[in-house]
Amino acid sequence: MITLNINGRDTQLDADPSTPILWALRDNLNMTGTKFGCGAALCGACTVHMGGQAIRSCVTPISSAVGQKITTIEAMEGDKVGKAVQNAWVKHDVPQCGYCQSGQVMSATALLKTNKSPSDADIESAMAGNICRCGTYQRIRAAIKDAAKSLA
Amino acid sequence: MRKEWMKQDAVVVGESGAVSRRSFMKAGALAGSGLVLGFFISGGNRFARAAETAKPVYQPNAFLQIAPDNTVTVQVNRLEFGQGVHTALPMLIAEELDVDWRQMRGALAPAAEAYKDPAFGIQMTGGSGTVAHSWNQYREIGAKARLMLIAAAAEQWKVDPAQVKTSKGMLLGPNGQKSSYGAVADAAMKQPMPEKVTLKEAKDFKIIGKPTPRLDARAKSSGQQQFGMDFKPEGCKVAVVARPPVFGAKVAKFDASKAKAIPGVVDVVQVPTDRGGSGVAVIANGYWPAKQGREALEIEWDSSGVEKVSSDKQLAEYKELSAKAGLSAKKADTSKLASAPKKISAVYEFPYLAHAPMEPLNCVVDLKADSCTVWAGSQFQTMDQAAAARTAGLKPEQVTLHTMMAGGGFGRRAVPTSDYIVEAVNVAKAYKASGKAGPVKVIWSREDDIKGGYYRPSHVHRAELGLDAKGQIVGWNHVIVGQSILTGTPFEQFMIKDGIDATMVEGMGDPYDVPLNLSVHNVKANVPVLWWRSVGSTHTAFVMETLIDEAAHAAGADPVAYRKKLIDPKHKRHHAALDLAVAKSGYGKKALPKGQAWGVALHESFNTVAAYVVVASVKDGVPKLHKVTAAVHCNQPVNPLTIEAQIQGAILMAVGTTLPGAAITLKDGVVEQSQLADYAIARMPDMPKVEVHIVPSTEPPTGMGEPGLPPLAPAFANAVFKLTGKRLRKLPFDLATA
Repeated sequence: MITLNINGRDTQLDADPSTPILWALRDNLNMTGTKFGCGAALCGACTVHMGGQAIRSCVTPISSAVGQKITTIEAMEGDKVGKAVQNAWVKHDVPQCGYCQSGQVMSATALLKTNKSPSDADIESAMAGNICRCGTYQRIRAAIKDAAKSLA
Repeated sequence: MRKEWMKQDAVVVGESGAVSRRSFMKAGALAGSGLVLGFFISGGNRFARAAETAKPVYQPNAFLQIAPDNTVTVQVNRLEFGQGVHTALPMLIAEELDVDWRQMRGALAPAAEAYKDPAFGIQMTGGSGTVAHSWNQYREIGAKARLMLIAAAAEQWKVDPAQVKTSKGMLLGPNGQKSSYGAVADAAMKQPMPEKVTLKEAKDFKIIGKPTPRLDARAKSSGQQQFGMDFKPEGCKVAVVARPPVFGAKVAKFDASKAKAIPGVVDVVQVPTDRGGSGVAVIANGYWPAKQGREALEIEWDSSGVEKVSSDKQLAEYKELSAKAGLSAKKADTSKLASAPKKISAVYEFPYLAHAPMEPLNCVVDLKADSCTVWAGSQFQTMDQAAAARTAGLKPEQVTLHTMMAGGGFGRRAVPTSDYIVEAVNVAKAYKASGKAGPVKVIWSREDDIKGGYYRPSHVHRAELGLDAKGQIVGWNHVIVGQSILTGTPFEQFMIKDGIDATMVEGMGDPYDVPLNLSVHNVKANVPVLWWRSVGSTHTAFVMETLIDEAAHAAGADPVAYRKKLIDPKHKRHHAALDLAVAKSGYGKKALPKGQAWGVALHESFNTVAAYVVVASVKDGVPKLHKVTAAVHCNQPVNPLTIEAQIQGAILMAVGTTLPGAAITLKDGVVEQSQLADYAIARMPDMPKVEVHIVPSTEPPTGMGEPGLPPLAPAFANAVFKLTGKRLRKLPFDLATA
């Protein structure tokens, strides 16, 4: 048994220590908001926060998350910055297929938590690891700026 | 996928309002008219059951549910995978039903007769056809439902139906009576269905044509939206399949002992795979143990007897073939070419491309003795249901196929062989045969997706153009070499004529008045090929629009003026789109910063014209796209917000095709790429600023999912020519070899 702190709660799970956080969330805990896109930290669909940092949960084993605070998309509703980002996403009608958007929201939220008023270059550098195959980037840029404004 | 489909399968709305069609899939044709609608007052998804039990052709209860709380749930008979039909089809119903938009909900319909595309005759999503084909059907359903609600209220209130008005989901009687739609929905369902309805005129639209936020935006921004990948019925196991390294190869022998020793692995079975091959499935309690199990397998493959394609060799063969004429697709007198004072010769190369949707392929199958339930993000419900039945040894009506929300697709979920569905049923079969029971979900890894075949085909084009002293094109010989998408599929009989695959030549010549002599070599190769967003136009628009640009340059003419002169005035939509893009961009009026240049292209696909004026630069030999001013003529816009999103998305996907590494290549039959590191996908820094303008129109809407893609790469290449003097004739772009 491994104990992980997920969204503020200690959660016990029975899984191999090499299991990536992604699959522990999805298969062991039925938390499917975090998405599988590549399994190799190349697309960002699986982004969660660990200790406040955006990380790729598909390559981060649960063994390295013990004692850390993991936050997922499911907790963003109750997070001031996360909620502002989600609201901006809806306002700008960002999602198309939507599959990458959990990861996009998590990366954008992590950005706004450390940078209250990101420049275009800041946004590009923070979001370049998150692929959207549908091409929602222009609206993502606008939504991040809008969320920043709403939090100011 | 083809505008020709629409030509031969025109949707006809008869006097009765019934939708009739000449089906291109005879086996799947509906016998007569099939206008369907109905109401349910209780919650829960009863549509699936209704569809199962109802007789084919006429099925009530299929499209519309009005709940007591007055929410209206529309069954969307398509796959939603980003293109916005889950919002657009409810908009069509809401317009005629006269409801408050906030009442509307969308749901994806399962495979059933009632949900077949009125023009295609099978249930499918493709050819950018959803709104175009559902335009009359869904509005009529809304209009008829409204009349039935009025009739029910009139009966209750004992008044003349003519005295009952509607407003935003409410029924209003002459003496102050008031009722919600939900309150009379049950009674309305018992009313006879009106035969004839008068649909609103465009000037009266309150919802159609207005920017309308997506119904699924909140769920998709909060991790709440369930995709196929997220669906897990009780007791569901996860399978990953070790597929042969060469398409169609077989397992010679395998040792599963190490795989079976991994905790969580419950079974290892050999399974048939696509193209007559075989593979090994590892079934486990979750994806991670299944993947570890697959890595622990020891498999010896037998790839004798299957062709092992190498891209370098194939390309050389294609180029050689292109020097000879192939099967004639278009004839013209090109006798003036030889003596023309100016000539253009060009050879174009296009690689295989993977679709790489964000959500890797997956499929849940629950196989029982006399039934099979499939959950998949299918673009081809009718064909996938039939394929699942064939594979399971059941009748199609014993197979229930649920359409799951999908994370992109771009054509990969519309496979004539139903490859991933068939494979998943085969896994379930083998699992059942080994004495196990319960549902199994096959998950493809990203590596499986990149290596798994069904690519946009690799093509070579060779063109010889002759221009007279005035710059007029007097002869144009053109040869296309490549694999046909349609050969060997059920679509062959409808879309291959005289050996010519319609998808290989679509867009060639149009809309220019040029003497084009076109022929095709339809090559066979052991690489599965498939439509990829905008299909043939991914090749042909690039060729056409860069060659016309080159001809304009040779003629010493402005590329916009040259096109305007060469496009017959009868192509009004082309002129309108080009004029709008030019006007909004400032082309010809505005000076660009040093180091930047304009590029122009336009193309019609799926009956929609898109015209782009782009601004690009080249830095250190790398082309960079800064801005796209887009004008689109898609007739009556239904949801301008979606149109903008589809243009943005198609542009980004097209930008992706120009990036280094945007190619699938093979060596000795094995695909060389495996991940998003070696198969390039556009990222945020690649996204230009996109401005979208829509040509106003009230004609019936045309496609939007695909037409935004074709003109981007040629417009970009034309700008790069202005900056460098080099003609890019290869995708992805490579200035060093241009």
